[in-house]
This record gives sequence, structure tokens and C-alpha cells, in this order.
Amino acid sequence: MEDKQVAVRMRGITKEFPGKVVANKDVDLDVYRGEILALLGENGSGKTTLMNMLSGIYFPDAGTIEIDGKQVVIDSPRTAFDYGIGMIHQHFKLVNVFTAAENIVLGLKEKGPFDLQASAQRIKAICDAYGFDVNPNQKVYDMSVSQKQTVEIVKMLYRGADILILDEPTAVLTPQETDKLFAVLRNMRDDGKAVIIITHKLHEVQDISDRVAVLRKGEYVGEMVTADTTPEEMTTMMVGHQVSLNIDRPPVEEDYRMERIRVKNLTVKSHDGVTRLDDVSFTAYTGEILGIAGISGSGQKELLEAIAGLQPVESGSIEYVIDATGEVDEVEQLIGMDPIKIAQMGVVLSFVPEDRLGMGLVANMDITDNMMLRSFRNGASPFTDRDNPRHLAELVVDELEVNTPSVTTPVRRLSGGNVQKVLVGREIAAAPTVLLSAYAVRGLDVNSSYLIYDLLNRQKGNGVAVVYVGEDLDVLLELCDRILVLCGGKVSGIVDGRTTTKNEVGLMMTKLGGGEQQ
Amino acid sequence: MIHISKRREMPLAQALAIRIGAIAVALVVCGIITAITTGLNPISVYATMFKGAFGSTRKIWIFLQEAAMLLCVSLALTPAFRMKFWNLGGEGQILMGALASAACMIVLGKTMSNVVLIPIMLVASLVAGAIWAVIPAIFKARWNTNETLFTLMMNYVATQLVAYYVIVWEVPKGSGNIGIINQSTEIGWLPQIGSSKYLLNILLVGLLTVAMYIYLNYSKHGYEISVVGESANTARYVGIKVERVIVRTLLLSGAVCGFAGLLLVAGTNHTLTTTIAGGRGFTAVMVAWLAQFNPAIMVASSALLAFMEQGAGEISTAFGLNHSFGDILTGIILFFIIGSEFFINYRVRVQKKERRSQSDV
Repeated sequence: MEDKQVAVRMRGITKEFPGKVVANKDVDLDVYRGEILALLGENGSGKTTLMNMLSGIYFPDAGTIEIDGKQVVIDSPRTAFDYGIGMIHQHFKLVNVFTAAENIVLGLKEKGPFDLQASAQRIKAICDAYGFDVNPNQKVYDMSVSQKQTVEIVKMLYRGADILILDEPTAVLTPQETDKLFAVLRNMRDDGKAVIIITHKLHEVQDISDRVAVLRKGEYVGEMVTADTTPEEMTTMMVGHQVSLNIDRPPVEEDYRMERIRVKNLTVKSHDGVTRLDDVSFTAYTGEILGIAGISGSGQKELLEAIAGLQPVESGSIEYVIDATGEVDEVEQLIGMDPIKIAQMGVVLSFVPEDRLGMGLVANMDITDNMMLRSFRNGASPFTDRDNPRHLAELVVDELEVNTPSVTTPVRRLSGGNVQKVLVGREIAAAPTVLLSAYAVRGLDVNSSYLIYDLLNRQKGNGVAVVYVGEDLDVLLELCDRILVLCGGKVSGIVDGRTTTKNEVGLMMTKLGGGEQQ
Repeated sequence: MIHISKRREMPLAQALAIRIGAIAVALVVCGIITAITTGLNPISVYATMFKGAFGSTRKIWIFLQEAAMLLCVSLALTPAFRMKFWNLGGEGQILMGALASAACMIVLGKTMSNVVLIPIMLVASLVAGAIWAVIPAIFKARWNTNETLFTLMMNYVATQLVAYYVIVWEVPKGSGNIGIINQSTEIGWLPQIGSSKYLLNILLVGLLTVAMYIYLNYSKHGYEISVVGESANTARYVGIKVERVIVRTLLLSGAVCGFAGLLLVAGTNHTLTTTIAGGRGFTAVMVAWLAQFNPAIMVASSALLAFMEQGAGEISTAFGLNHSFGDILTGIILFFIIGSEFFINYRVRVQKKERRSQSDV
């Protein structure tokens, strides 16, 4: 600690966006060489904005930035790069048909003839120094998400970055991959680089960082040495008041538990013939939350869309159980149905898709018009009724505390958490018997996430069969009654959420050679 | 350093002020260019343009007719455009509508009275326009072909078809023209209201504007069109049959274009030529975009373009200028109007370079 060198010193950084609250207000931040700093804060607290100013994407309205003790002006990503600042964004910027090496040297103006072999040697050297596992000749389209991320990091190092910013790097990784990432980050720290990691996840902050800086509503709240703090203290700083970090899991009421969705031997192929789901069988019960875990792209999307009538199915059956108490089960076959036919059968099936603005909602329409997406066909009149949707919109805004100027605001102007509240609110308002949700809390801050957990639990209490596709294993383990683990389109097992461990689920996620499938 | 940032939302009055300002600046620039290139007094050029559109009762009627026809075609394209289906085949669809009504007038004109013939012509022209639009729509819905190219190519086919039938029906033989159809009997001519042969067209387009506004904004179909246009994925998610909406909407779009063809042949021109659409299928693209696909605003944008067109014609005759000079002025004015959208959506600030100079010291 004593002779740590200051790599970045930000002073009085202020950034305002028109019509919005101040994104950053008078923020002071120091980053030292040879340390990992975790930047913590809720959605909209200005973490990414602050880092975007450091990496030259935004330009501050006021304030100064010093790099290695010298005051600098960072007016473009290129300038940022000249100062050795490299940022790894949540969405990778790689060319799919190029190899790792080609992506890494892309856009560099190196002197002398173009020599990919020499570059590959240098890449190898960087990988060996920090413990990366990259094959320079592998094509990006053949890579798993974690390998792509590795290429992004190596790309930055290859270009000489010694101040690295990672924006929520673990969101797409399995626990095992996260451990690997953290190992190389520690190596980079020990090599004297400054590492900044933006994250929501407190246990990761504790795991990886040396110091935590907290932002709240665009303002710098304070910083702590990680070893001296607790998750409770960090949350309190982040949210501004005490929050309970335990997710409720009300017990399943056995009397009301009955089969609702019966999936048997379901196989789904993408239109280019790749098997997405392979012989999947399971049952979802009323009054329980069935979690679905798996590395992203293991077939979660196809599974939910097949149930919702949006995905053509190769073989197998999906039965909606109306009544299983009699001699013969009363069931409806959902395969071959589209969303309208399913609704006409009297099955109220709600679906909160992963792509909220691209699928669940229409970004350019206001809240009222989005509320009527499901119901606009009602009635015989050729004209739309906007009164009921408006009442529903007002109700959702009111009850879920959606932060919006009015119900006539286009949903694209709302923040991520509020967008999700609108979507979940609409889907729950239909009083469903089955509620499918994909990554319902992705990108949401602590408060909004807990509101969503609460809503899901209430649906469970009402006897709804809830399916929760999630990526955060801690949440899955705390919220779900049972967890189905997918790996490469196959079910690698269904475990009890109350007794299983994170390690067990993590291993099941990769059991079938998870790295191989796309 | 110039700093550009996106605005959130601008009050309507301010946006309007920016647009009016843009037109004012455009007029000044046009004036300078007029003075430099022709040596004429720009004020008198503008006055002549104004006279070209509003100088006499007859000119006002022609202006209104031109604006109405342009509006009609723009309204036709709008449902497709709202769905982000770029129908550039308006020209061909108008021609097909025109061909269908001319065919009815020529072939059936001797055997039927107007009471029977005009409804037949109406149906024929709507169907012809709709067929011309629905062919690319089916291909788009089924195989996701590029509708821009497809609709554009359909224009050429339509032009050649019309060229062929003009020769088949030419009067007298060898002239290459059809001439006025049924001149003596006026069979198949749309009735005239009062003394103006344009009034009926204008009233019909007025009704169409209201109907289209209601259809797009308040009907279930209109809502489906918006959802499909914004996100086909969302549409599928809520069970909207995207393919069906594409085909249905293009049937409507083409039918209204065909209706424009009917108005041109049976309402005003009473003849058929390959140039009867007069480029309206393309000018209407601009009109619709300028109005941001809002039928109410389209009344103003089609009036503006009709005015520019009339004015340009007038100055070319009054000052002996090439007709292209009027087009140059139209181009400049449109450039400024479209360019002003940038200032409505973005805020531009010029920042002093003080921070940089500080660090350089």
C-alpha cells in the first residue's frame, strides 16, 4: 500500500445528459497501479458513464483527469488508448470470421510488413505471462463466450494497455470461468497494471478486488478497503439505506402442487439444422418456481419459446395439464400452436422474454400502447380500445413504482429496471397459470431485482407454474424450488434448490463438454 | 471543439420554429444563388414563383389538384412505410391503376352507362394497383426478398405494359397516342362537381386523408402495422402473423396507388400515356418522409412540393430560365428542411479549447 503509484486521478468529474438527472456529479476517483478496484453502484448510478469518460467515449462537462500524475484531455477512444487505457465492454467487438490473432491485430498500424506469425508469437507470450488460454488460430465463431472475452482482454494487452476497465465481465460466465478470469486479473495486478472492474455482484467484489469505490445517483459515496468491509456495508452504501440481502423462498404448498407443463423428449433444431434442444423432458408444477440454469446459449431460449408457441419443434411433446386428478389426465398439446391459438384454448401463458425491447415490448411505443400488445384484439370492433390499456398502464406504473414522466412516454426512454417492470407488470396482469421468464433481473439494480423476486414469489403463492431462466447461480439457489440444468441442449439434471450447491450446479452446466457448443 | 449530443425531446413550438427558420435560411441561400447565377432579383423570382401557384383562379385549381394527387400517392405509400416496407413502386402501381381504368373505358365504354361502368373501373383500378404491390409483398413475406429493388423493377414492367397498350389502342393508328378517350360520349369520365373538373378529385383525396389517418392511428390493423414495423420479433411474440400483415398492407398500399391512377385517367386527363404518373410515385416518397408518415402533416408537405413544382415551372417561362433552375431551388429548400431535423434531434455546442491549452502548458 505504501508506495502505490497513482495511475488515474479523476477530480470533480461532472457529466450531464440533456433532460436527465446529472449522470456524474463532482466525482473524485483514484486508481492505483498494482491493484484491482471494484466500481460498485446500482443501475443508473453512473459507473459506466464515468468509465466511458475515462475511455474517451464521452467527454466530461467539468473536471480533470490525470494519468500517471500528468493532466490529460481524453477526447476520443484513440487518445485514451495512447494513454494505455483499454475498456472491455459487455458486448464484444470481434469479427466472427476472423481468428483470434487476426482480431487482435485488426486496426493496428504496426511498422513493417504484415506478419501474422510474429503477432501470433507475441500473443502467445502475453498469454503465457498472464495465464490466458487462447489459441491464436481459432476462429471467433468457434469460441465460447468466455474465450471471446479472453480475446478482448488479450487484444487490449497486445496494444499495450496498462489500465484495464472491465464492464460487468462475469455476467456471461460460469463460476468456473469466472475463477479463471479472476486468476488472470490477479496476475495482471501483480504485474503492476491498474484494473477497474464494474460489477453488481458483491461476492465477486469481495473475491477479486483490493478496494471498492461506490457511486450512488451519479455521486461518489466513498471507498473502502475490501478486506475491511462486508456485503451488508457495501449494499447500504450503494442503496443509501439498509436492505435485506436474503431472497425469500416461501415453502411449496404440497396440497396445491400439481403437474402443469409436461415436456417429453423435446428436440428442437435451429433453421440451419443445429440441434438446440436434445431430448429434453421435465415437468413444471403449479405453485413452484422451476429454475433453469446453464451457460448462455445452452437452449434456454429455444425451450421457453417452444413452450410459448414461438419455436418450431422437431419432435417430442409439450402438454399443458388442465386436470390430473381424474382417471385420465385432461391435457392440451401445445406443439404446433401459436400464441393466439394457445390463448384461444384458454391457456393463459405469460412470457417475459430475454430481449425486452426487441421482443417483449416495442421500444418506440408508449407504455399504454405496449400494454395493449397482448389485448388489442379483444372485442369485435375494428378499432382499438385504448382506455383499458391506459388504466392498466397507470396501475402498473403505480403498483410497481415505475419511474416515468407519464404513461405516454416511449418505453425506450425508461431505464432498464423500469422497462422490465412494465413488461413483467403486463405479463402478470393477464393472471397467468404459467409464467415463463428469461433473465428477468439481468442488468437490474438491487431494488428492482428484489421487486421482481417478490413478484415471482407472489405468482408462486397464487399457484402459478413459474419457470425462471437465470444466470446468477446465487440467485437461482436462493429463489428456486427446483433447478433444471441445461448443457448443450441436454438436461444434465434436475436438482433441489434447497439442498444443492453452487459447485454442483456449476459442474452440471459444463458436464457434457459445455465449451464445445455454440 | 464541437460537441454534439442527442436531445431528449423538444417542445413542439421550438421544433416548429427550427423548421421555419430552416425555410427562411433556405430562401436566403436560394436568393444568393439566384442573384449570382442568373443576375435576377431574387425577390421578383420568388414573387413569380408565388404567382405560378396562386396567380389566378385556374392556377390555384391546378395547384390544389397537383397537391391532392401527390397527397393521394403519399397516403398510399404511408401504410407500407410505417411497416418499414419501402414501397418504391408507387409509379408502377399508379400506371397499372390507370391502365385498368383506361381499358374499361375503351373496351366497355360502348356497351355500358356510367352508373355501371364507373364502379367497374373503380374495382379494376384498385385490383390492378393492389396486384402490382402484392407481388413483391408475397416474395418479401415468403422469402424475405429485398422489397426496394423488387418494387422499383415492377415500375419498368408497368411502363412497358402501358406502352404496349397505348400502341394497341392508339387513335388514329400510327400516332402513338390514345388521345382523349370517349370524347364525345364522356363515358367513364368521373362526374364534375360545379364548374371545376378538379374539385371531385380534391374532395375524394380529402376524405381519403381522414380515412387513412383513422385507419393508421385508431384501427387494429394500423396498430399491427406499427408493431410489425417497429419489431417483427415482438409482433410474432404476441401472435401477429407478420406475413399476413405485410401482404394485407401492401394490398392496401397498391390499391390506393391504383385509385390515384383512376383519378388521373377518369378524373382529369381522360387519356393514358406512359408518363401519366409523372414521377409522383417517387416525389411521394419524399412527401411521406417529410411528414414522418403522419397523414395530417402530409397535407402540408404535399402542398409545399406542389407549390415548388408549380413555381419552378412559372419562373422558367417568365424569365426564360431552364426548368432545371426551379429544381435547383426545390433541392436547396428540401435540403434545409431535411437538414433541420438534425438540429431538432441533436444539440450542437461549440466548446472553448481552454482545457486542452491548460494541459499543453
